[in-house]
Amino acid sequence: MHEYSIIAALVDKVEAIARERKAVAVRRLLVRIGELSGVEPELLATAYTTFRVQTICEDAEMTILPVAARWMCSGCRRGIQRGEILRCAACGAPGKLAEGDEIILERVEMEVA
Amino acid sequence: MCGTCGCGDPELVPVEVQERILSGNERTAKHNREHFEERGLLAINLMGSPGAGKTAVLEATARAARHRRFAAVAGDLETHRDAERLARAGIPSVPITTGQACHLDAELVHRALHDLPLADVDTLFIENVGNLVCPAVYDLGEAASVVALSVTEGEDKPLKYPVMFRKAELVLLTKIDLLPHLDVNMAALMDALERVMPEPQMILLSAKTGRGMAEWLAWLDQRRPANVRAACALEAGT
Repeated sequence: MHEYSIIAALVDKVEAIARERKAVAVRRLLVRIGELSGVEPELLATAYTTFRVQTICEDAEMTILPVAARWMCSGCRRGIQRGEILRCAACGAPGKLAEGDEIILERVEMEVA
Repeated sequence: MCGTCGCGDPELVPVEVQERILSGNERTAKHNREHFEERGLLAINLMGSPGAGKTAVLEATARAARHRRFAAVAGDLETHRDAERLARAGIPSVPITTGQACHLDAELVHRALHDLPLADVDTLFIENVGNLVCPAVYDLGEAASVVALSVTEGEDKPLKYPVMFRKAELVLLTKIDLLPHLDVNMAALMDALERVMPEPQMILLSAKTGRGMAEWLAWLDQRRPANVRAACALEAGT
């Protein structure tokens, strides 16, 4: 379950940001997780609950924004529906993932004294 | 703290970060990639289920291309067995035991690189931990990802594990010497690949009989020039 190592990287990142801003506490995290990122939001939430103990994130709530996979033609940019063959029906060019592979820390809300 | 107006209370500050959570791994992967490209070395991230035949494919590759200078790092949760098998096949190999971790990351690979004679190598195989899920998330600095899928795993594996197949440039369909004993629907497998890979490429391979090895070696060779071109561009600072 790689979600634990993702949370470890997330907490490290938040700690660095909190230090830089001289935060006294972190209250909320917002992360964006794509459907094709290989990260399962539910497992990520579980890993976070376990891992945040005794870190700067101990009292920070994490909100996960799921992002659906969206494919489009790499040539004419026409949309390709999910589950379809990933080649453009109109021009034959291969599909390209427009969004849905992100593993991103979007925002941190922290208390600054 | 002031109970009347809140003056002196800590202020809640929102910070827009918008950074990739795995940016640390990506930095190390970039560093690895620079190492490989500077040397004109082709690095392949070989992934697949446990038992898909990753090690057997590499053993057969060494047998089929004695003129090539291969090296490998082999990831497993426990034991050095795969690295030992590869070394016996003539591929200098470093084992990476990950303990409980289900994947290799760029840092683990970077540390292992120090124990390999990279100057004498033209192709580095990174045999990932057997797993169709987690390894897909981590860039290791490879030039290309290859998934070994054995004929006994079922035609619908790509649909069930789309993240890994999307990342792959090539699927090696392994153990094809078993095809006469199975009812594999090749059309269904290809159809599944086309729904998860934008440019699906598949080579049918048998490590046992050597069928498909020539095509696999040709694919590696054809993948190599682009890598060397990238190295030249890097040296030229473009």
